[in-house]
Amino acid sequence: MNRQKTFYSFAAPIAALLMALFVTSLALLAGGHNPLVAFQKMVHYAGSVDSLVVVLNKSIPLFIAGLAVAVGFKMNLFNIGVEGQYRLAAIVAAAAGAAVHLPAPLHVAFILLVAMCVGAFWAGIAGVLKVTRNVNEVVATIMLNGVALGIIGVLLGWKPVATLQGAFRSTRPLDKSAWMPTFNKLFGLNKSITDSYGFIVIAAIVGVIVHILFTRTRFGFDLKASGMNPGAARASGVNPKAMVIRTMLISGALAGLIGMSIVLNQEHRFTQEFPQQLGFGGIAVALVGRQKVGGIALAAMLFALIARVSQVLPEPPLRAPKEVGTIMQGTMILSAVIAYEVVRRRAEAAAVKHAAEVTAAAHVGVLS
Amino acid sequence: MTNDRHGGVGSSADAPSVSPAIQLVDIVKRFPGVVANDGVNMTVRHGTIHALIGENGAGKSTVMKILYGAQRPDEGHIIVNGTETHFKSPKDAIALGIGMVFQHFMLADNLTVWENVVLGAEPGKSWRMDENAARTRIEELSKANGLGVDPEAFVSELGVGERQRVEILKVLYRGAQIIILDEPTAVLVPQEVDELFQSLRELTAQGVTIVFISHKLDEVLAIADDITVIRAGKTVASGVRPAEVTARDLAELMVGSELPSPETRTSTVTDVVALELDGVTLAGGNDAAKKPAHTAVGAGAVSTGRLALDHITLKVHKGQIVGIAGVEGNGQTELLETIIGMRTPTSGRILLAGDDLSDDNTRVRRERGMAYIPEDRQRDGLMLSSPLWENVMLGYQSLAPFSKGPWMDKAAGRARADAVVKNFDVRTPGIDTMALALSGGNQQKFIVGREMLSNPSVLVAAHPTRGIDVGAQAAVWDAIRDARETGLAVLLVSADLDELIGLSDILLVMLRGRIVARLNPATVTKSELGQYMTGAKVAEEAA
Repeated sequence: MNRQKTFYSFAAPIAALLMALFVTSLALLAGGHNPLVAFQKMVHYAGSVDSLVVVLNKSIPLFIAGLAVAVGFKMNLFNIGVEGQYRLAAIVAAAAGAAVHLPAPLHVAFILLVAMCVGAFWAGIAGVLKVTRNVNEVVATIMLNGVALGIIGVLLGWKPVATLQGAFRSTRPLDKSAWMPTFNKLFGLNKSITDSYGFIVIAAIVGVIVHILFTRTRFGFDLKASGMNPGAARASGVNPKAMVIRTMLISGALAGLIGMSIVLNQEHRFTQEFPQQLGFGGIAVALVGRQKVGGIALAAMLFALIARVSQVLPEPPLRAPKEVGTIMQGTMILSAVIAYEVVRRRAEAAAVKHAAEVTAAAHVGVLS
Repeated sequence: MTNDRHGGVGSSADAPSVSPAIQLVDIVKRFPGVVANDGVNMTVRHGTIHALIGENGAGKSTVMKILYGAQRPDEGHIIVNGTETHFKSPKDAIALGIGMVFQHFMLADNLTVWENVVLGAEPGKSWRMDENAARTRIEELSKANGLGVDPEAFVSELGVGERQRVEILKVLYRGAQIIILDEPTAVLVPQEVDELFQSLRELTAQGVTIVFISHKLDEVLAIADDITVIRAGKTVASGVRPAEVTARDLAELMVGSELPSPETRTSTVTDVVALELDGVTLAGGNDAAKKPAHTAVGAGAVSTGRLALDHITLKVHKGQIVGIAGVEGNGQTELLETIIGMRTPTSGRILLAGDDLSDDNTRVRRERGMAYIPEDRQRDGLMLSSPLWENVMLGYQSLAPFSKGPWMDKAAGRARADAVVKNFDVRTPGIDTMALALSGGNQQKFIVGREMLSNPSVLVAAHPTRGIDVGAQAAVWDAIRDARETGLAVLLVSADLDELIGLSDILLVMLRGRIVARLNPATVTKSELGQYMTGAKVAEEAA
């Protein structure tokens, strides 16, 4: 039985990966490129220290976004607003961080706290609307994304918060005390390429906390019960309204941390060009990672890896578009979702069959 | 013809040219390590109602699956209307006119009756459905077989009995001439059972053959023309005529022992009030206004705007079992859900051991010692894809030994799950098994065990033995009686009148959201109770 379980938990992701490679090959062939050459170049490109550092850096916000989305998914609550929450949290935290002067650890902690509060507040609005006015959280969070974008535009144009720096408007730069340390020495990095973000430590701690929250706490149990069977959860004493609010607040607080590796380790401010789409990336990562912390971490790294290695495609002699990487990610998501469902049904059918056999055996045993 | 059932049967049996509708000969079906069917023989005469009875796990469901093509036998022959057949899938079975009505209905609530019936077998061209043809056909079928359901009604508005008739319509619509019914009465109240039997007789009068799977012996004796009994995968008696046997004979054939009875011996009622309801009133919302399933009651009831619960006042003492009788849809579900805190009453008070808990939520009520066996175990009682050791904590996740502050203790869950499985005879490969893998009866035993082992002071239970077999039923009754002796207060809703009369210290009858009679179970008869339940008889004190 255990061997079977292990097989089931590995079969789906591997099937999804093979499917993604297959469809990507078709796309490359259709464009007149040799997929084998492409894959070979990609693998080669992946195998450098630079690539490793970039992949780790890029996977940090995806990982946290995946966690933020997964908290909601656990109870069938779709926080599509992670996108707006992290951007709003990032600009407010960056502006607030620039406005204060504190010793290093406190300064970082202050910025993180502001970011989490803003994210939680923004997500909480959707939660309150759902509980009090029965507004679907998908609709509410999508609308709030638009509102958040508007507010960010206003803030960037507002003198006390943002100034024109070079070609872009951005918030005022943070003091050095708010810069997260790097792991450059560990990787022997040459400063000119990229920093290795020290924020990864915070991301790992957050991951461990969320894992404990999911698996060891009563909140995690209530969350799981609410997602699996709202009726049974209610009969067991879970207050569905309170759960919606709590879950949205936690999801939003996590969302607030998404942009922090960029603010604290890279830009040290919020710029007009702040990375977008990380919230939607989080949805993909949560799906592929099956809403489990370890799975989300692997999925985030895989997505970051694909994004990294597809950079090599436009180079001569291949000259394939780097959007092939997006095709690969998209296929991954679709095939993963389908494969998980197939595997889930198989596993359930197997469990039913096994139980029926054991029961029948026990019964015959008793009578004979 | 309808009234002359046995005459009809005689004539078809006498005519040698009519071959049996179904013949199973020496059916053997093995699963790895176990033989589920080991020589099942069964002959179902054309146009009759044939009961297949046996305990849970005796192999009934395997026979059923073989009959409608979901499984293939390893040995033996299936002969349908005189021709040997080999089903590859249920499609082959339905092509030969064999249809199946499952215990759990498979209907889409937000579609109408006719839409549900044609779903998957829509008439007309591939791109356009011929709605009129569908409606006409369904109305014809419904009339010809006395099923009497309104094709335009939404399934969400129908009671359990009507839903079942929609399921029967579905298989008839697909051309079934042989219908297999899996424990069709498990979900029905007595009046609905009578209606179902009436429908079944009309169906047989039209030439339809019925295979009726059950373990309710009274009903089998009332409806069947022939009975086949299986035990441990073997046919132990076949072609039994109901006139020739008693329920006790059948029970002995099924289990090899006497039928247990739900009788409560001596009174353990104390004068300490454990649970008190004082004028509890609940408005009839959308889901509360579900039409009463029974038309005799539904005809008189004003289903819109009436109160789901109308000033319910009752007391349950320590050591007392208060039984609630009533036709489904008269407020019993709402009553239990209000007591446990899933619905908020418009007025009235709920007191537990003298403390007013009216404003407290379900969790507080659970923590104060209320246990709850819900009416629908899959909807309200289990996390189906979670293992048993997690399910055992459901409802008690905020209580010792499962939680310490915000932390959950898995080891405590595993230990309790082991105890439930052992003490309540839950047949499962282990406590890591997902709840969905258990049969309905074992799920029910698991829930009963979970609630009883939590050591509650008040148990609020709906149909605690629904769908479980004779032996397990006795175990559940024993558990409730034992707990009652040590001071448990029980509010029991059940559709099984024997269970109600046997277990209860006092019986209350609910009709249209009100308590219309308080009866002594020692003196009341089943038919008297039925009259109160339908409103045919009105208690003087309540009138």
